Amino acid sequence: MTDLTSLTLAEARDQLKSRAISSRDLTTAHLDAIERGKGLNAYVTVTAEKALSMAEASDARLAKGEGGPLQGLPIGIKDLYATEGVHTQACSHILDGFKPTYESTVTANLWRDGAVMLGKLNMDEFAMGSSNETSFYGPVASPWLPPNWSREQARAALADAGKRGLLAPGGSSGGSSAAVAAHLCLAATASDTGGSIRQPAAFTGIVGIKPTYGRCSRWGMVAFASSLDQAGPLARTVRDAAIMLRSMAGPDPKDSTCSTEPVPDYEAAVGRSVKGLTIGVPKEYRLDGMNPEIETLWAKGAEWLRAAGANIVEVSLPHTRHALPAYYIVAPAEASSNLARYDGVRYGLREPSADIVDLYEKTRARGFGAEVRRRLMIGTYVLSAGYYDAYYLRAQKIRTLIKRDFEVAFQNGVDAILTPATPSAAFAIGEKVSADPVEMYLNDVFTVTVNMAGLPGLVTPAGLSADGLPLGLQLIGRPFDEETLFALGETIEQAAGRLTPPEPWWA
Amino acid sequence: MTTAPASAKLLKGATGDWEVVIGLEVHAQVTSRAKLFSGASTEFGGEPNAHVSMVDAAMPGMLPVINRECVAQAVRTGLALKAKINKRSTFDRKNYFYPDLPQGYQISQYKSPIVGEGEIQVDLTPDYSIRVGIERLHLEQDAGKSLHDQSPTMSFVDLNRSGVALMEIVSKPDLRSADEAKAYVGKLRTILRYIGSCDGDMEKGNLRADVNVSVRRPGEPLGTRCEIKNVNSIRFIGQAIETEARRQIEIVEDGGTIEQETRLFDPARGETRSMRSKEEAHDYRYFPDPDLLPLELDAEWIDALAAYLPELPDAKKARFMSDYGLSAYDASVVVAERETADFFESAVNHGGAKRDAKAVANWLMGDLSAQANAHGVSVSDAGLTAASLATLVDLIGEGVISGKIAKDLLAMLLGGDRGADPRALVETRGLRQVTDTGAIDAAVDAVIAANPEKAEQAKAKPGMLGWFVGQVMKATGGKANPQAVSDTLKRRLEL
Repeated sequence: MTDLTSLTLAEARDQLKSRAISSRDLTTAHLDAIERGKGLNAYVTVTAEKALSMAEASDARLAKGEGGPLQGLPIGIKDLYATEGVHTQACSHILDGFKPTYESTVTANLWRDGAVMLGKLNMDEFAMGSSNETSFYGPVASPWLPPNWSREQARAALADAGKRGLLAPGGSSGGSSAAVAAHLCLAATASDTGGSIRQPAAFTGIVGIKPTYGRCSRWGMVAFASSLDQAGPLARTVRDAAIMLRSMAGPDPKDSTCSTEPVPDYEAAVGRSVKGLTIGVPKEYRLDGMNPEIETLWAKGAEWLRAAGANIVEVSLPHTRHALPAYYIVAPAEASSNLARYDGVRYGLREPSADIVDLYEKTRARGFGAEVRRRLMIGTYVLSAGYYDAYYLRAQKIRTLIKRDFEVAFQNGVDAILTPATPSAAFAIGEKVSADPVEMYLNDVFTVTVNMAGLPGLVTPAGLSADGLPLGLQLIGRPFDEETLFALGETIEQAAGRLTPPEPWWA
Repeated sequence: MTTAPASAKLLKGATGDWEVVIGLEVHAQVTSRAKLFSGASTEFGGEPNAHVSMVDAAMPGMLPVINRECVAQAVRTGLALKAKINKRSTFDRKNYFYPDLPQGYQISQYKSPIVGEGEIQVDLTPDYSIRVGIERLHLEQDAGKSLHDQSPTMSFVDLNRSGVALMEIVSKPDLRSADEAKAYVGKLRTILRYIGSCDGDMEKGNLRADVNVSVRRPGEPLGTRCEIKNVNSIRFIGQAIETEARRQIEIVEDGGTIEQETRLFDPARGETRSMRSKEEAHDYRYFPDPDLLPLELDAEWIDALAAYLPELPDAKKARFMSDYGLSAYDASVVVAERETADFFESAVNHGGAKRDAKAVANWLMGDLSAQANAHGVSVSDAGLTAASLATLVDLIGEGVISGKIAKDLLAMLLGGDRGADPRALVETRGLRQVTDTGAIDAAVDAVIAANPEKAEQAKAKPGMLGWFVGQVMKATGGKANPQAVSDTLKRRLEL
């Protein structure tokens, strides 16, 4: 018997359907892998009992020839999704002990389709971060080895809670990316406000898609920035991501911003010809001082798509350079309001205090980590009387211009846009902690535009750096045209081949 | 319609006359089954925290979804205020920390309200009315309630009200006296109750006002205003304005200046007190709520709401004056409550007959209102049907009973004989008035015979006729027709 955790989601699905394997065995194999991979710190809670009972129920259904599209497939859930009776804290201290009495729409959709929950995945606190280092539950290690590190050296670093020197799995969905890359689940839910699905995918050599804003319901997802937040999957192949997204997405009357558009069969788009598609390469994404490896990879990606019959054209997205600063106004502004509810009054952490103001101040000062506090202060500042016009309003105007840039490109006949996913390969845990926070924010330079415009963006692995670390490419699509992204993504996947991390040195 | 002299509204200070300028922000709780953005019940008086959804308690990941019924109520109110309905409006967040505000922000409409400018006519006397401009009407969430009297060391929070829909109706600063402000709120309340968008129950806090007051010398530019928060009765609104205007006049006359601030009215002490100064004012950091799409209304939907709007008090008053010949005063009293107006009309038109509308109005405003007020119910719930009132008026008109007997009959119908048919009751209780001249003549003769001296005096003092009428009525058990008695007495006493 081959290791059940080496299967892709699609392979496992097919073998479950043919009864070649059981969900119980598949789930047990993953629970064992999670146990062995504890050192990575990808999971903040493991729901083994729940997983096994869901697996057994799945086997019963599958035995009768029944079952949903994900029946019996074990997956991990980012700690940002409300899961009934289970740890839901967005990896923040301020939500200590919070177990909701409700289930998020996205996870409910997954359970409806038969998926099995393995547990909750680590993340940057309230999804604010690009390295998973802001989590109250500590950093997550990527299963990729730092350049020139021996397995022994890495194992030693893993034993330390700080995990310094090991590679960051990206963020904010760092637990999700590490778990998927290290085969601690078949796939995982993630979320993306400025790049939190796509940058971790690129850093760990897996596939991630942030669908169009409104494609997935936000109901039951702990909010960061409501106008930018969007759910999406992380998986090891484009096909697996397509299968996951189809189940996660869909209309929801409980979210006013959720689209009523029916969800297409995304998997059917995987393998679809890309011949005749026009792919834009935006000149503004060619940054000064850009890593030549990234530039080469980008050109290679364009070449692969050209070879598959697509037309490559240069496009202009002139307001790109304003996107990052504008994003770091809009997102903190919304966050400063969204996180006001964590006040120590109704749930989560409550610090002993003399009066109500004292309660607010102590609870919020101790409950939120440094990065969250920084963004709440920025957000509060940019919305303040006298500063609103200069910051928030201006950022919203830039946002409109960014959106228009994309609209013009699409109107000119471009079907999708190809860009790098990140400015570099993964960096080490601890490497940027003491640096200027802006250096960390620069990780999002290629991804935030997509959130600002509400468009779908898919990242797929495209090759290794000279240091042997994964690098990804991003495809940006028209609103609600995720299908074209899956078709194009698979073309790159076919050409680049799947990236596999080293044998489990962490186990 | 006449205009009261402007000077009548001025307040006299030590150094001359002052004009008071008032603008009101009325918070009216929308009548709806569910809250503005959640499905929780709006029912009053439940156990604390019995009507709280996950959205109202601001649990992580919860999202607001607009309740269309509340939107319809706001639009209907806008139409009744003859105001502009904005086909596109937006929701903003007003951010501040308070334990009874679970989200840490109130969802309101700051930039683009659902209803724009309008106007209402306010009658101050039967023949003097003013027009008061409406600046805007917007929808917003109510907050919960902090309870400070449940424990010596802790405060408790009841979120039953949290998220209930309010309409904030902002007037222009068109009001010039406490009486005008009181009349304005009264009229606004009548309109809201007519269309059923707010029950206007001020005791439950379902209608309350923030009152903006400033003073100036007549003809001069506006003075600095103070806002008196959360005044919850029409009487207190009047008192708060008087008190605050006097306070401001005193300060200015003493050479001081008014600080813009938020104040509270304390009815027990009859004073307003500073709550927070302009410097302490919150920075609410308003911004568009990203969880909600702009509210888009289509013209057909608005038209449909307009088509089903009931007849409004102004139109009803005009119609009652022209169709039923009521005086302006009677008409405004009768239309003040929609139920009373409906009761009046069905009594007047009962059985297809048109009876004396003035008489119906008098009974309704007199004995019936007194009875209703005594029991704290509306006229229509006082225990008499419109049909019975119609019959009562008919019985008088037909001469079957006198007005006096009618009063007794009404008391019976509202008391022990509740629900009885008035006509049948007149027969069973022998209340029919005596119009038989023979019987009246005999009674008159008997009374005169028994009081010869008085009969003699009456010739010189015709005012004594009333005494004789009373004696005859007494002798006939009140059933004699008073007019016939009077006529006979005049003849026999040779008056």
